[in-house]
Amino acid sequence: MTKEEADNGRDDMVIDVPGQANAVPDGFNANYLRIYYGKLFPHADMFKWMSYGNDGKHPGCDKSYFGRREFSFTLENDIYIRFQSFNSVTELENSIKEKCPFKIDIGPVYSVDPAKRHAYAQSGNNVFTPVERELVFDIDISDYDDVRYCCTGADVCLECWPLMTIAIKVIDTSLRDDFGFNHILWVYSGRRGVHCWVCDGKARRLTNEQRAAIADYFHVYKGNENSQKKISLPGLVLHPFLARSYTEVLKGFFEAKLLPNQNLLASEERYEKILEMIPDASVASELRRRWQENKRASMSKDDINIVRWEQLKSILQSGKQKMQGLRRCVEEIVFSYTYPRLDMEVSRHMNHLLKAPFCVHPKTGRVCVPIDPNNCDEFDPTTVPTLSQLLEELNRGGLRQDAENEWDRTSLGESVAFFRTSFLQPLLKSCKEEIENSYNAKLQQSKNDLSW
Amino acid sequence: MEVVQSQRKSSSNNVIVSILPLYRSAPPLEVRLEDFEFFAIDRLRVLKGLSDGLCRGKKPEEMEKLVLDLWKANMRHPQAVEEVNKDIISHFVLRLVYCRTEELRKWFLSMETTLFRHRFRWGSSEAQRALMSEFKLPYKAVSNAEFESLKDKLGQVARSMGQTLAAADAIFYKVPFEEVPDLVAGRRVFIHKGHAYVAINQVVSLVVTQFRSYLSKALILTNRKWTSTIREQEKDRLTPIVEALCTSYLGPDYSQQQEFGEISIKDIDQVAKTSFPLCMRHLFEKVKEDHHLKHGGRMQLGLFLKGVGLKLDDALAFWKAEFAPKVSAERFDKEYAYNIRHNYGREGKRTDYTPYSCQKIISVTPGIGDHHGCPYRHFSEENLRAALVRMGVSSRAVEDVMDKVHNRHYQLACTLTFEAVHGSSCDAGINHPNQYFIDSQRVLQSKNGSVA
Repeated sequence: MTKEEADNGRDDMVIDVPGQANAVPDGFNANYLRIYYGKLFPHADMFKWMSYGNDGKHPGCDKSYFGRREFSFTLENDIYIRFQSFNSVTELENSIKEKCPFKIDIGPVYSVDPAKRHAYAQSGNNVFTPVERELVFDIDISDYDDVRYCCTGADVCLECWPLMTIAIKVIDTSLRDDFGFNHILWVYSGRRGVHCWVCDGKARRLTNEQRAAIADYFHVYKGNENSQKKISLPGLVLHPFLARSYTEVLKGFFEAKLLPNQNLLASEERYEKILEMIPDASVASELRRRWQENKRASMSKDDINIVRWEQLKSILQSGKQKMQGLRRCVEEIVFSYTYPRLDMEVSRHMNHLLKAPFCVHPKTGRVCVPIDPNNCDEFDPTTVPTLSQLLEELNRGGLRQDAENEWDRTSLGESVAFFRTSFLQPLLKSCKEEIENSYNAKLQQSKNDLSW
Repeated sequence: MEVVQSQRKSSSNNVIVSILPLYRSAPPLEVRLEDFEFFAIDRLRVLKGLSDGLCRGKKPEEMEKLVLDLWKANMRHPQAVEEVNKDIISHFVLRLVYCRTEELRKWFLSMETTLFRHRFRWGSSEAQRALMSEFKLPYKAVSNAEFESLKDKLGQVARSMGQTLAAADAIFYKVPFEEVPDLVAGRRVFIHKGHAYVAINQVVSLVVTQFRSYLSKALILTNRKWTSTIREQEKDRLTPIVEALCTSYLGPDYSQQQEFGEISIKDIDQVAKTSFPLCMRHLFEKVKEDHHLKHGGRMQLGLFLKGVGLKLDDALAFWKAEFAPKVSAERFDKEYAYNIRHNYGREGKRTDYTPYSCQKIISVTPGIGDHHGCPYRHFSEENLRAALVRMGVSSRAVEDVMDKVHNRHYQLACTLTFEAVHGSSCDAGINHPNQYFIDSQRVLQSKNGSVA
């Protein structure tokens, strides 16, 4: 038997379930993963991405670049190994296939190969230090548990998932329009959230202080279960970023979707939470009185939440309200329910490790696929391909000699194609330009230096 | 910087490019010894005038004008080069003077930074840009066209911070957002496509922060150099000048009698009640009560009386009479008369001593048995209140005075006392006990005049 035949045979043995030629039972295990890493995980694309053009032939390319990137693997049995580094796509691919990590994290590019870090740490000059790292964001729907009543914790459904959608819209728009970033990758985290990778050169070279500044710029929701008022919008008007987010995304979503879907004003328990946010006790009492009276009578066919919201708005926004704190009260309520809740710590430090796209989530079996920010309304977390589903699709396609692009035969094909055309190719084009320009500039500089 | 006693050579290749110097390093100029002192005194007048203005809580527009007036009055020179040289030399001399203790450094840093801020603001845009590039701040001024197109957004940002977009602030600078992380973090700037639009007052504060941080470090270094080498090296030449400079009082010295000519002994009791400031009233009451005063008290009161117009013979008679119950005439002639004559410049090196200014009086700490010093500083609250009531200050005014005392604004407390006692305002504030006396006499004379 040739090796190929032997391999194929092994594959057959693993997948074949008696009675159902192609069916693959749901699950997440090393065997499934092995096939996934063998046939579906886009090693070459990940390599190209992480190389940022330095894998080319141009003299300006930094051959050491990819080798200085840290990866970390979480193996079966929760064994965690850090500071993995590779010098070529083959090394990367072989290591993944061999170790079969349950999770792969990507860290920063260091000043020297992480494998050699001990040698440099000895010198005492602190030479082992991160030098580049994408600007990253992590949004998790479990941080919104106080405003969604359909699910809690790790669960997510189509009623509450839109909270993630609007978070993507708000942050993505700001990253592009305000900060001028272009190469942005949004990824489903596999269970209950999204990750964002900003890959422009400018972003990768941001210092910790600058990252913290961007995180603070986005930081509006400041609270936890112990604090009462979590959103405070002082000032006569909102900063253009907040104003745009409100009028273009948050207001519409809150009034049309979240309010009725989550019945935010339908019951006393729920409307009390909103009334608590009104600083003027007399206004709150007035509304409370009205709503208690109206418990059984339904004045119109309209959704009760919408009716009550209109009442609330009309009292708070009427010209009669002079009190300082009431000026922005309506916006504060909307923001506190809908504004993105970012994990600040993830974004602040260069050395924070973040899960790699196209990993499979151990608890759900779902693949961490990219999300198109321009079409994020269409994204449905409940239909994201799972590991077992993909293997089943592979089975249906039958065995093929052509080991390339197996993902095309599966639901993963769409994601990989999107990753390539919308993200990777434009990014690499821009990287190439950057490398060439920087190289030419250096040449010019050395010419200038030489000619006294 | 070399200090020489011979003629000064002005070297033309030391012309400084930007009009507002950054005082980065002492320039290689030669300075005459007199100029060393006089330039410093002129600059000190500016800094003290500034300090005064700040103490009085002047509004920003008033401060703006004050700084301009002070600078014009003290530091101007018809030739630009000379003016710049004086500017730089005086700054460096004062660095020596004010580097020596933490308190001196704090004051100097504060005043020089305030001065710098105002001078930066009133410079031309080119001068400002030149300075910004010296600080390595790569800012580009926003063109009128661009400003017009962004006016709404810029106005929104201003209003979101509770400010307005005044015409004066219509100068904006465009800078990569990475350069101003603090402003980005606080959402205090409008950002678009990676550029932050920074208002002039924000730029000023960035520039001033740099200036301040640099000067703060420089002062510590100067202090080290002073204590280790300069003070000793220059002990016969510069050190005495330097040490005298920081305590120098810069107003009129009241050593010559002014408008009111002489006061004779019989007048003293009367004027003590009506026109003496509290410090001198207290000393006067004590000498009458105890028939004695210790040295500090004799100096403070004695010189004050000289400034008030008491001739030497009258002074001798006064003290002799007051001390008579405890000190015999012979003992008085032997132990006290000499000192009184000394104060009037009739003995020893014949220096005609000048009466103490408030600054000097406030700075001394009376010991046991002493009654000199500033009562606003040293009296217990109870004693001070009682003393003020005895002076005829209304209880409402006493509260205002005590408020100033609690905030350590002793001269302002004395000023309020003056105003309460005389029923008229004292805009200039009290800086010298003799000034209090003269102003008091003036007020009383004009009142008597109108009554008569």
